[in-house]
Amino acid sequence: MRLLNRSAGRLSRHRRGPLAGLAVVLLGLLLTGGLYTVFSPAQAGSAAASEEQIAQGRELFLVSCSFCHGQNGEGMRSQDGNQLGPSLVGVGAAAVDFQVGTGRMPMARPGAQVPRKPETFDQDEIAALAAYVASLGPGPAIPDESDYSLEGMSDEERQQAITNGGQIFLTNCTACHNFEGSGGAMPRGGFAPKIRGVEPRYIYEALLTGPQNMPNFTNGNLSPDEKRDVIAYLGSLEDMPDYGGFGLGGLGPVPEGLAAWVLGIGSLVGAAVWIAAHTTRSTKKKVEA
Amino acid sequence: MSSHDNGHPDVPGHELSNVPDEALVNDLYANPGLPEHQWRPTDVDPRAEKRAERQVATLFGLSAVCTILLLVSYFAFDIGEDPDVVGGVGASNLFIGLSLAGALLFIGTGVIQWARKLMADHEIVEARHPSASSAADREATLAALDAGLEESGIGRRPLVRNSLLGAVGLLGLPAVVMLRDLGPTPSQVAKDKPYPGAGIENTIWEKGMRVVRDVVGTPIRPADLEIGDLVNAEPEGIFNGGEDGEPLEGLALQVNKSKGAVVVVRMEPEEITPGDGRENWSVDGIVCYSKICTHVGCPISLYERTTHHLLCPCHQSTFDLADSAKVVFGPAARPLPQLPLMVDDEGYLVAQSGFTEPVGPSFWERG
Repeated sequence: MRLLNRSAGRLSRHRRGPLAGLAVVLLGLLLTGGLYTVFSPAQAGSAAASEEQIAQGRELFLVSCSFCHGQNGEGMRSQDGNQLGPSLVGVGAAAVDFQVGTGRMPMARPGAQVPRKPETFDQDEIAALAAYVASLGPGPAIPDESDYSLEGMSDEERQQAITNGGQIFLTNCTACHNFEGSGGAMPRGGFAPKIRGVEPRYIYEALLTGPQNMPNFTNGNLSPDEKRDVIAYLGSLEDMPDYGGFGLGGLGPVPEGLAAWVLGIGSLVGAAVWIAAHTTRSTKKKVEA
Repeated sequence: MSSHDNGHPDVPGHELSNVPDEALVNDLYANPGLPEHQWRPTDVDPRAEKRAERQVATLFGLSAVCTILLLVSYFAFDIGEDPDVVGGVGASNLFIGLSLAGALLFIGTGVIQWARKLMADHEIVEARHPSASSAADREATLAALDAGLEESGIGRRPLVRNSLLGAVGLLGLPAVVMLRDLGPTPSQVAKDKPYPGAGIENTIWEKGMRVVRDVVGTPIRPADLEIGDLVNAEPEGIFNGGEDGEPLEGLALQVNKSKGAVVVVRMEPEEITPGDGRENWSVDGIVCYSKICTHVGCPISLYERTTHHLLCPCHQSTFDLADSAKVVFGPAARPLPQLPLMVDDEGYLVAQSGFTEPVGPSFWERG
């Protein structure tokens, strides 16, 4: 019967044309791809780490970094056994973005402290370097803005995040970076830098990767939410009212009192002594009236 | 012109002094006397005097202007939620402060100018005289003292004297008793154990107690930590050690939080030089030490991941956490106590036992 029907030159209502299957597959592919591009998270590093970018990063690396870090990022030791540059295998894109993005690397010379300075590379070059170093071994990726932003939180949640972040900051960070993040001295000529006014991304990356002598606070140590709260707390310090005068690093009433006594009262005593020691005298004689 | 008296004025008792008078001994050279007095311009020049008078008045006038500015700025600038700002600083505070400073400063400057330029300009000679009283005065005083002692009879009546000494001495006792009660003595709390971890030689740490993150109180798996991680941790007991697993409160919380605080760090296992008998106190390169400095008890967490040094911010004692926290610098006398670590059934870091020595500063009973 079917054959008969077919010979009649008409397709059954229930049968598909020969190209219908292909069309459905194509449509499905298109939809999946389209939806993916719409909804996929835009991640620096992972999505954009193309072969070319890695190749470009490698070239930059060979010119600017390999002297200390080795031609394949394996690290170098000087002849007397000192570490010249550590191995970069597994430090991840976050470490590169922090070190190069804040100008700490490339380093002018090795020493106790690697200070922040104007950055040498532009954002594209930093991304290429990060892609290359990330390709050497798995490591922390550059955090997305959604990791540390308080967008979409209610006022109460924000306040809670700031309070929580303050406690975490005072427990984990204050020892080196001071109560209000203005930094402090470390052994052998180093210092913990001031972290007020640093971009949230770099704070997050520093926590993840532990630059130089800083211990790291990886996601297993401080959860991403806790890191976000710490950044929220640091941001809230910027909103603190400033009544002017010298902050003295927020060290509190004791250093302020000491400064008032030593500098303030000291200079008053000095001024009084100076006044008492100086008077203009005339060579003329007094004319008796 | 004021007189310049070159001789010594009659100082009482001077003639009794055994200090030789320089003018009498050294008569080879005539006493040159004091130089002639030099007058100030305002004393000899009426125009300068007039000018100085105007200066002083101007300074006082400026002070008055500042006071008025103070009142104006008090009312003129907005404060509160949305204050006026000048150069990043609250305008109200800035101008009230500056004008008050000006008002006071100009009065002060004016008064000094007045005193230095216009007030009388005498030179006064005041000769030195011996600081000891005259012999007669001293004798008279001693005589008066002896007379007083004799009349009071304190030497002849030992009963009165000794009972007075006893009564006054006993008055010191209330101070001792009351100050002693400001806190329990170490031996007291060690014996009674009013709460877990009480006593100078104890902490709340015990076998199987989890090492948890400070503030949040979450337990730690070894896999959570990477090389170079630093965790400021606390004993889980402060979060669940109270009755019915409640968090500790009040004194017990404060004491145990401060004494039980530890730092947990992870390093390459081969970098660790374990102390004698401490070979199995670390877990995959994770070591745990008391956070309380053995010098005077400051909490320490200034950790350098490359050197494994932990630095105390108070007096710069430095401990090498890769080598049993030995003191490598500073005034601390002994290493930080190490907490032996192991992993419990659920895979979390726990203490193998409590600390094997007292934490914190040394004290006299410590051998």
